[in-house]
Formats: sequence, C-alpha cells, structure tokens
Amino acid sequence: MTATATTATTFAALKKDFPILQTQRHGKPLTFLDSAASSQRPTQVLDAMNLAYTTAYANVHRGVYGLAEAATNAYETARLKTARFIGAPDSSEVIFTKNATEALNLVAYSWGRTNLGPGDAIVLTTMEHHANIVPWQMAAAEKGFEIRWIHLGQDGQLDLSTLDRLLDGAKMLSITSMSNVLGTINPLEHLIPAAHAAGALVCVDACQSVPHMPTNVADMGADFVAFSGHKMLGPSGIGVLWGRMELLEAMPPFLGGGGMISNVTIEGFMPDAVPSKFEAGTPPIVEAVGLAAAIDYLEAIGMENIRQHEIELTAYALRKLREELGDNVTIHGPSEPAQRGGVLSIELKDVHAHDVSQILDSHGVAVRPGHHCAKPLMKEMGVNATARASFYLYNDTNDVDTLAAALSDAHSFFAI
Amino acid sequence: MSDIEDLYREIILDHYRSPRNAGELETPPATKAEGFNPLCGDEIVVYLILDDAGIITDLKVGGQGCSISQSSASMMSAAVKGKTVEHAREVMKTFKGLMSIAETGAELTEPTPDEIRKLGDLAALRGVVKFPTRIKCATLSWNTLDEALNEAQA
Repeated sequence: MTATATTATTFAALKKDFPILQTQRHGKPLTFLDSAASSQRPTQVLDAMNLAYTTAYANVHRGVYGLAEAATNAYETARLKTARFIGAPDSSEVIFTKNATEALNLVAYSWGRTNLGPGDAIVLTTMEHHANIVPWQMAAAEKGFEIRWIHLGQDGQLDLSTLDRLLDGAKMLSITSMSNVLGTINPLEHLIPAAHAAGALVCVDACQSVPHMPTNVADMGADFVAFSGHKMLGPSGIGVLWGRMELLEAMPPFLGGGGMISNVTIEGFMPDAVPSKFEAGTPPIVEAVGLAAAIDYLEAIGMENIRQHEIELTAYALRKLREELGDNVTIHGPSEPAQRGGVLSIELKDVHAHDVSQILDSHGVAVRPGHHCAKPLMKEMGVNATARASFYLYNDTNDVDTLAAALSDAHSFFAI
Repeated sequence: MSDIEDLYREIILDHYRSPRNAGELETPPATKAEGFNPLCGDEIVVYLILDDAGIITDLKVGGQGCSISQSSASMMSAAVKGKTVEHAREVMKTFKGLMSIAETGAELTEPTPDEIRKLGDLAALRGVVKFPTRIKCATLSWNTLDEALNEAQA
C-alpha cells in the first residue's frame, strides 16, 4: 500500500466522526463544502464540551471550591495545548478572544492606537478579509496614519514588485497567511524578514492556514498571529491571539472589566498580567475545552497528513471541474495545488454565484456565494461574486464528484 | 413543481436573460439611487425622471446581480415606467406583501388574489418567499426605487 493510499483510507473513515455529515438536505446527503467559513465538529469535541458542562463547570479564576478549580484547570490546560499546537514559546502569550476578528481588533486597537499616529504608515494587502482591513481603517480614521496596499498580481499571487517601497518607514505589516477567497498561500518566509528588516512588525491573520497545515509561530517569526476555533473543528465563540510577550506586556488593555485587573479603586485601575490583561469578563470556558479537544483530534491525524490530503483533493477538484465543465467554469487563484489551500472560488459562465449556490443547495451541496468579506479583493479580481467551495479533512473525491455534477446541472438550468 | 422550479419560473429567467429598461439616464435631469445587498455584493442603480404631474416618464436600471435581483428589477421597471408615483407605491406595497414584508409600523397584509393578478409578471416571484435569503435579492430594486422616488420628490 502506498503512502497516498494509506492517507486516503484514513481520511475516508473520518466522516463517521461528524454527526452533521450523516444528515440530509432536500432528501440528498449533505455535501458540506463551506469549511472556510466555519467547519463542522466531530463527536469527540461535542462530547468533551458536554462532559465539561455536566461534570466540571464553574466560572474560572475565582472560586476556591473544587469545581471552580477543575474548570480553571481545564481552561488553562486548553491554553497550554493551544500554545504547544502553534509552537508558542510561552503559553501566557496565548490570549483567548471571542473570534479571530476580535483578536485582530485587539491588535489594531491596543497596539495600533498606542503606536501609530500622523506621519506613520502600515501595510495591508488587498487580499485581506474585512476583519484585517476595517479595524485598521477605524484606527487610521482616529489616529491619522497612512494605510498602504500590496495589490493583487498574476495567478492569484500578491504583486511584490514594490514591496521595499511599501515597507519603507512602515510600522506594521498585517497580512493573511492564506486567502479565504483564492486559497493563495502567501510567502511569509520572505515577507516577514523583509518587514522586520524595514523595522515593521508583522501581524498574521492565520484563520485559513492554522486549521489546514502545521503552524509554528516561533519559526514563522511573526509578532502577532490570529485565528479562530470554529474553523478548526472547535466551537464558535472562541478565537486566539498569539503575540510576543514583550509586545503584549507593553500594550494597554483592550476591553475592561472583571478578570483583567490586579486592583481597582475609585481613582483608577491596575491591569493584571498577560494574558489576563486581555481577557476581560467570563471567558469562553467550555469553548476552550472544545478547542482543546479539536486540537487533540487534529494532532491524532497529523497536520502534515491533513495538508497532504487537501492538496490531493484540490488537485483532483481542479482537474474534475475542468473535465466536467470545460471553459464554462473559471476557478480563481493559483493554478498549482501545492501553492494554495483547498478553497475554490468558482465562476460559472452566465450564471450568478447566488443562483449557482441555490441550485447546488437543492443537490445537498453547501457552498458560499458572494464576496466572502473581501470586497477590495473582489474588485481587483473584477468580479462581483463567486461561489466558493472549500475543503477540509472530512471531504473526499465523492464530494468533488457531487459538486461537479451539481455545477453541470446549474449550468444547464441557466444556459441560454 | 419543485421549490427550485417554483423559484426559477420561465418568466423570471426570461427577464434575467433579456432585462427590460436596462441602462443609464443622464443625471440631471434624471434622479439616481444606488442599492446594495451587503450579503452578496449585488448592486442596483435606478435612474428615473418624474414630471410635474407625478408620472415616471422614463426609468432605467443598471447594476449587476443574480437572476432574482435582476429579473425583479426588470419587472419593476416594466411595472412602473409611465405610471404615477402613487401607482408605483401601490405596486411596491403589494409586492412587498407578497414577499412577506410589512410596511414600516404596519401589520403584514397578505395581498388578495386580485392584487396579485394586478402584479402581472411580478407575481412569478412569489416562489422566492420559500427561500428567505433570496427575499433581499427580490426587494433590492424596489427599495432602490423607493429611494429614487423620495429623492425626486424631495
């Protein structure tokens, strides 16, 4: 048996772990191809959360009774596990947020408003999700710094021809590791050293890469990394910001409230140490337990194997859709599967993405129509909307075949 | 008839493939309003000219979007061009009722069979109501028309 066959067999067995993938839509088996928006979760994660709620739940970091200690332990174990999963040197550098959007807002609000002002500049790319654009625009409107843009070049890649000029004098490069529209994997190994050489920090929106490939923030060399739990088999309601300790220590708190202070008087407050300083209020306790269970699940399969599975599936899909639909289909993004994630932005000739998705839904196929919260990118691509199919470890070639057949049906339905 | 066939009736596909009154008008004299569907990025631009008697003497629709938003815009243009503002608002109210949308501050009134007949081609869009996410597509051009009329009358 070849390595590939072993991998395929392993992945074929995973579907049964996901109860929702056993359900039907419109009388057809569910073909879930929207994991770039949010993944599904296995029984192991659901059971871990149920167990936490039924046997070990209390608020964390407060009570002295045993149950509160058990809950605190579970929450802090999740932090340790998350830190190990992303190769963080110090688990205190892992901050739990509501989602990746909040994590990016934390950086823009706390670091941005402290360190940026008139005459300063940051660099973003037009490939960013709105979550890595709008928080910076809000801070810029208040503080008067400049936002410079790396634009889209050929084959779904960034145009880096003017990188040195853009980085010159910039204080921050905030960039996605993988486009949620094109699947493009950006060359961080080149961009991060370039930004640092120019004196800029680097914040990475890693929402699309952390769930799908090995991540090591220390090797990556970034200063901040943000991602969400619900895209990596974990529950909604939890995101992660990792940051270098010396930066986090120097930053003011983001949200204020209980849990983030060391002292409060009527004259003012003293913030607690990192990470508590950035975790105001009751945190996502059971969500953290769920995220830890998701990490266990992913690690048991192996992130390298998951990446390999998705490269193979993406290659199969690019081939299959071309065979089935010929010139009637356009798939945006890099043409080489190894340079991209399993995210296919599909345009069907003469059929609007909204209509494509509607017909696909009648086949039980879940894809996402629209601009995918990346309107500046869509504008540069010159398209109004695409239908996005995205893969995860539980998808297989049967799902791609179902997608191809449903797309063919959508095309004949609307053919002029 | 399946829900999908009910959604995409032939008359809808016909308006989508051959939109009526597509294009632009010079502003001024025309009034222009733009509508966006933030969910999917669809855009509708309505241009209209209102005469002193309150008649919509000319109307054009620009923009891009899915079959539902584009066909609805085409049908809307055919239904109100050459008609009075009063008539346009009456059709708007009936159409929104068909889409299960009540007027601001009012109870939802289901259109009567007679009112639906008066909608003509627009009645073909009634299948949309089974697909709640698409109601916004169907009403986008009407909300944009509403804005253009308010502007023209301001």
